[in-house]
This record gives sequence, structure tokens and C-alpha cells, in this order.
Amino acid sequence: MTQKQPPYKADKDNQDERAIPYTLGNLEAGEPCCIPKAHLQVQNLSVSYNNITVLDDVSLDIHKGCITALIGPSGCGKTSFLSALNKLTDLTASAEVKGSILFDTQNLVSDKIDVMALRRRIGMIFQQPNPFPLSIWRNLDLPLREHGFRNKSVRRKKIEKSLQDVGLWDEVKDRLQDSALALSGGQQQRLCIARALVLEPEILLMDEPCSALDPISSCVVEELILRLQGKYTVIIVTHNLAQARRIANYAAFFWMKERVGKLIEFGQCQHLFETPKDDLTAAYISGAKG
Amino acid sequence: MADQIFKAVILACTAFIGLVFLWILGEVVVKGISHLSFSFLFDAPVNSGRAGGIAPILVSTLMIIIVAVSVSVPLGLGVAVWLSEFTKQGQKFATSTRLTLDVLAGIPSIVYGLFGNAFFCIYLGLGFSILSGGLTLACMILPIFIRTCEMGLRTVNDSWRKGALALGMTRTAAIWHILLPSATPAIIAGLVLGIGRATAETAALIFTSGYVDRMPESFMDSGRALAVHIYDLSMNVTGGDHAAYATALTLIILIVFFNIMAQFMMDQWLGRKVLSS
Amino acid sequence: MALLKTSFLFLSSLKHQPDRTLSFFLAILAALSGLLLLLVILFLAKEAWPGLTNGGWRSFLTHKSWYPLEGMFGIFPMIWASLAMMFGAVLIAIPLGLSAAIVMRFYIPPTSLLAQAYRLILGLLAGIPSVVYGLWGLTVLVPLIGQLHPPGASLLAAILILALMILPTIALTALAALEAIPKTILSGAAALGMSQKGQILSVALPAARMGIIGGILLSMARALGETMAVLMVAGNVVQNPDSLFAPVRALTANIALEMAYATSFHRASLFASGLLLTFLVFLLSWFASRNMGNNHYG
Ligand SMILES: Nc1ncnc2c1ncn2[C@@H]1O[C@H](COP(=O)(O)OP(=O)(O)OP(=O)(O)O)[C@@H](O)[C@H]1O
Ligand SMILES: [Mg+2]
Repeated sequence: MTQKQPPYKADKDNQDERAIPYTLGNLEAGEPCCIPKAHLQVQNLSVSYNNITVLDDVSLDIHKGCITALIGPSGCGKTSFLSALNKLTDLTASAEVKGSILFDTQNLVSDKIDVMALRRRIGMIFQQPNPFPLSIWRNLDLPLREHGFRNKSVRRKKIEKSLQDVGLWDEVKDRLQDSALALSGGQQQRLCIARALVLEPEILLMDEPCSALDPISSCVVEELILRLQGKYTVIIVTHNLAQARRIANYAAFFWMKERVGKLIEFGQCQHLFETPKDDLTAAYISGAKG
Repeated sequence: MADQIFKAVILACTAFIGLVFLWILGEVVVKGISHLSFSFLFDAPVNSGRAGGIAPILVSTLMIIIVAVSVSVPLGLGVAVWLSEFTKQGQKFATSTRLTLDVLAGIPSIVYGLFGNAFFCIYLGLGFSILSGGLTLACMILPIFIRTCEMGLRTVNDSWRKGALALGMTRTAAIWHILLPSATPAIIAGLVLGIGRATAETAALIFTSGYVDRMPESFMDSGRALAVHIYDLSMNVTGGDHAAYATALTLIILIVFFNIMAQFMMDQWLGRKVLSS
Repeated sequence: MALLKTSFLFLSSLKHQPDRTLSFFLAILAALSGLLLLLVILFLAKEAWPGLTNGGWRSFLTHKSWYPLEGMFGIFPMIWASLAMMFGAVLIAIPLGLSAAIVMRFYIPPTSLLAQAYRLILGLLAGIPSVVYGLWGLTVLVPLIGQLHPPGASLLAAILILALMILPTIALTALAALEAIPKTILSGAAALGMSQKGQILSVALPAARMGIIGGILLSMARALGETMAVLMVAGNVVQNPDSLFAPVRALTANIALEMAYATSFHRASLFASGLLLTFLVFLLSWFASRNMGNNHYG
């Protein structure tokens, strides 16, 4: 990354009163960028596959403009939780979601939702970078076209901007027509992030975005996520506790009890890591468990 | 010792097969080339094909293939997409469709000939025509084409589907812009397989597209395919062997040419998809 | 098999109108292609009907031979001829095809020029039109057999040509099955001090037997359904195949020979033999697909 960009400021969304009020009682205000207002309000969410519950009774608020880290052992339902938020669980015929997810006055679980529009507002990044087997340019161009941006120069501006936002512009601007699959793993992941950002989502779901990357690329992506703070609401799953600690404002700790994933503790990142309320949390973050 | 004998025996068998096959190919090439010439390709057959060339037969063959391909490709591609992208595992309708296609793939070509004769020529009143022959071949190559395309689509990286949907794209867009282009090699392979079958086919054509060796003027004309010509020359025309071999050589060259062209088209198309915006 | 495991992502409820339209449209196409089988069977049956009703089917079984002009429609000589050709061809093609597969798998390195050329030839031959085999048989093989025992066009000629035609299929499927055996099994056998012959015959072939048998059944189906090559070299005299050098007529060849002028009951009996053929071939392919672990679908 050549140019250091100024941190994003919480913008006019601040005054947007339309959003769901903050409900989980008094959390002390986090970092300055963090607005104590729920962007997504998850209540009693449970997910099951083939009638086997894998995630049970999760309630938490995702705060606007903040980075929320989800931590916990493998198989405790973090990915399932994320998929429920943008309704990717629809893709698995056997999956069933119960409870409620309030987003912008709508309940994502029970209401009739235009999923295509929803997924535009809630983007997702996967563990394995998955750029399409197209040119770098077309990877970003295609989603824009599909969402009805007909004007080529508008698309060009958006693409350039989002590539700059992820710090990829300088690296690829001379080879936009090359295959995206020729990029390195870290570049591919940043391209995927750019591809999500180009649609200007409000919320970004990231499922272990760094775990398939080498330490340096991982660092670059991490910095990038930090820069998203304030401008986007980010929910990130990570197995790297140090990383969660470095970048997250809030942290949620999931654990399996009797083979069912549960939310054990949720709170400000600092509190969860330094003064955990639950013994399980304390054990997990000190490396005794998991 | 036993080991040595075993090895010697199977090596001998293998070499023997190779030699026999080289013999067949050699026979076709040597006997064919002596009769093959520019005018052979561009003249009409004279004296039942003993003299003259195969121009009308080449044209008929190509027209039959065009009919077969232009019917089976859109239909087959649609069914393959539906099977791989829109059906659940174990869904009754899909399972029975697959089973049906399997059975269709196994039906001998002469039986397709019977069916084509009864259905296209007589029932639909198309008569002995290139259209009837092409449609019969379309039925014959449809199952193989669908199977290869479906396999190709299934092997497409699942994460692209997920990625496309997570971006709020419709399935239709994902299929059109990402899945089908990625499955192109398989689609082309299926196409080549189908064209190969269609070009080589004789039994299904004798009673559907017919025997007439005049230059066809429309798809409703009867037309003789290359393979039928070889059959006729060797069985019914004494002294037609040389022309038969030359036609056989042409046929083989044509099949090899289709293969190479398909490979080339595949490279081109993949290249273009990736390289342009 | 791994291919089939890819999770089926596009399954559940379609939320978007264009998707629903497309799915509906494609389902109709699929139904159409499925209906094709029904159509084929329906029309074969419709045409065969006059030959089967009113006890007509009995003439197939009771008449001694097939003289349509004299109203005799005994089908058995041709069934025996078809079966004799099929089994004869497989008997010859199995050892040869397996040898080729074993050699390519165990005796020559797969990357060597020789191996690649051999594969190329096999692939090319699998794609050569059957009438070209027939042409070669008619002009080269039949005269050779004729020198041995006139007239030449005979069951033996048909068997040899069919064997050549199915050889590539048997060799290539057997090769694929051999290549799919896990390395550990073979090195285990080698570690026991087995000779290479022992490894191949008592470990590799048994381990690959499902794929090999599947390939053999498939090629039997192909041999049974083959028309042109058989028509061109077998001599086409309707009689029981009582000698290798006897000219015989296969079921398929019979259809091809007589469809041109057959009418009424005669035509119906040709369609009936077509139905019978379809049924036999279907049985073989069904066994094949069961054997190959449903290899070609899921
Ligand atoms: N499509 C599915 N069908 C059935 N069960 C599933 C499916 N997807 C996930 N599961 C099950 O749900 C549970 C939670 O899976 P999930 O992927 O959400 O865990 P995770 O916390 O993301 O784990 P990891 O850290 O390894 O990614 C697991 O027990 C898994 O086996
Ligand atoms: Mg996960």
C-alpha cells in the first residue's frame, strides 16, 4: 500500500434516525468512530440443518460502523450465523433459520425479502478468495451491471474508486484486462473485497478472510478492514484472537454446548479480552480451550 | 520365468492391436489418397459414384449436421443447465429425466432410424429429407450432449456460485456470465462428441434422409450422407471400392477437422471471455 | 464421484422472477427431452402393433426361419446370430483389450511418446465410423477368410470386425479403472514380494474389476446394436450360426436390409425386432451402469 489514506469518519448516517434503536442496555461507548446504534438486531436466532440445531438462541446487536469479531472453535456455527444474516442459508435446502433479524425495519427471517437487493446491502467475503474466472475489470463490472448501472463512465469511476479503497489500483491498473485468477492470493482476496465494496453495501460479512493468506497478505487485508471502520459495518469471523483484538470494536464468543453452538459472551472487544465475564471465555482466550 | 512369458505375451498382444489398427488406417489412407483429388471433392458423382466426385454428398452431410446441431445444442444446453443448477439431489422429476436420458443414450442407431422414419418422415410428413435425417440425429446425440454438459457444469467451482449470489446477482446472470463460460470446455467436448457421432452415422440415416445423391436444394430434399455413400459404394456398386476409400478418407479427415476446430474455438472463446470487458 | 458431491447450491426456493421464469422454461425443455423416450417407444410400438396383435407375435417364435415373402417371420436364427457375434467379439476383445490396458498402465511410462501415440490411436479408432470398419472388413478381411474357407463373408468376419470396434472401448475403460486403483494397494502387494505378474493378475485386475466389467458390458451393448459393419461383412443369409464360416444375418442388419421395401405385416415385424433390440441393449447398459457404480450419472 503506497498511500496512507485518512481514516473514514462516521458520516451523515449519524443522524439517520430511521435505523433500529440500540437495545442491549448501556454499553459504554466504544472507539470514537463507533456509533452505539444497532444496525442489525439479532434476537433468538437459531439455525438448523436437517432438523439438527447447530446454533441456538443467539441474541446480539451489531453496531453501526463498528467491527464486530466472531470468535469460537470450529463447528460452533459462526459461518451459519453469517449466512443467516444475508440469507445465503437459502442456498442450502436443508437449512432452517428461526428467530428474528431486524434490519432497517424489516425482519429478515420472517418477512418477504428481496434477497437480491438485500445481498447488495449486505456483502459477503469468503474464506477462500473466489474471484470469477473473468478479467479483473469484469469481476467488478459484472455485479454493477447486474444491479442496473448502465452508464459506463459511472461504472468506471466506481470500479476505480473501490480498487483504490482496497489498495489494489496501483497494483493492477495496467492489467485490468488480465484474468483475475492470475493474481496472488492476497490480491485476489482484496479484489473480492473490492467487488463487494463496489456495490456500496452497508454491512460487510467476512468469513475468515485472512485464513487462506500468507502473513504479509493477511496483514494487508487486516489494515484494509481497519480502514473500513466507521464507513461500513463489518462482521468478521476469525480464528486469530490477536487479530480480533487488534481490529474489532466488539467481540462475540461462540461455544458448543452439547453439540449446539451458543453465544456465550458479547461485549466490547477490550472488555471481552481483558475482563471476560464467563469462565469459558476466559479459558478460550487464554488458550486453555478450543 | 513365468513373469517373462506373461510380459512377452501381453506386449505381443498390445503390439498386435497397434499393428492391426495401423493396417486399417494405412489401408484407408493409401487407397483413399490415390483416388482423392480436388475434382473428387467438387464434382457430382457419375455412374453411381464409380466416377466423378462427392460434392453433393459433402453438402448433404454438412446440412444434416447443421440441422442436428442447431436443434440439439440449445435444447441440450437448456436441459443440462436445468439438471445441474435448478434441481435438487433426489428430486423425482430430475432423477427420472436423467434415467430417461440414459436409456435414450443406449438405444442403437438403427432403432433411431426406425423411429425417425415412422415419426419424422411419415407421421410429421417430412418425407425422406435432410430435415428428417438431421432431426433423427439430433435425438440420437441429445443424451450424450446433455450428459457431458451437465458434468461440465457440475465441476464448475461452487464458490463462484456462492460469490455471485452473495453479490446479489440472479442465478440467471450467474449461469450466463460465469457458469456457462467456465463450462465451455465440457460443452465443446460434448459438441464434438455429438458431431462425431452424427458424421459417422449411417444406419439412422438410410431410412430418414435417404439415398439421393443429387445436390440438395433445400432442407426438404433428400440427401445422401458420406457414410451412406461409403456403404452404398462398397455394397451395391461393383468397382466402387476406390471411390469408397476416398470417401472414407474424406470422412475421417472431416471428423479430425471438426475436433481441431472445436479445440481452436474453445481456446478463442475462453480467451475472449477473460480478456475483454 | 467427487463431482457429484459439489453441493447443490441453486436448489431451494427461487426468489427472483427471472430465475423462476428461466427455471420453468428449462423444466419444460427437460420434460420435452424426457418425452422423447416415450415418443420413441410409442412410435416403435405403434408401428410394431399390427405385427404383435392377433397372435402375430407367435409367428416370431414358431416359424423356423425368416422368409417375409412367404409369410414366415421366425426371428430366432437372427437372434442367435446377433448373440453369437456379440459373444465372439467380446471373447476376442477382452484379452486383447486388457493386455493393452495393462501394458499402458504397468509396462510403459504414461508420459512416454509410445504410450501417448498408442492412446491417440485408440482414441482415434473409437471415433472412426463403423462403415469404415465395414469397408475394411469387406475389402480386406472377407477376401482373406474367403481364401481359407469360401465365401468369406461370415460369422467369423463379423466377430473379428466387431472385436476391433469394441477393443478401444474395453481398453480405455479398463485403463481408467486400473489407474483409479490406489497406489498403496499395489505397493502393498509389491512389499509382500509378489512378482509383477502376480501383482497384476491377483491384485490389480480384481481391484479394478467393477470398472472393467462395466466397460465390457457397455461394449457388448454396442456390439449388439451395431448395424453397418455387421451388415457389410456377415453375408446376411438367414440361418442358424452353426459354423464360424457360415454367412449369417444379424437382427440389426435385417432391419437395415429390408426396411426399404417392407410393407404392412413385414414392416411391423421389423419394428417389433427393433423393440426387442432396444430392450436387450437396455438390459446390458443397465447392468453396465450398475456395475460402474452409477458412474455416468448419479
Ligand atoms: N450445509 C450443511 N448441511 C448440514 N450441516 C451443516 C451444513 N453446513 C454446516 N453444517 C454444520 O453446522 C455446524 C456449524 O457449521 P459452521 O460452518 O457454521 O461452523 P463454523 O463455526 O463456521 O466452523 P469453522 O470455524 O470450522 O468454519 C457444523 O457442525 C457443520 O457440520
Ligand atoms: Mg466457518
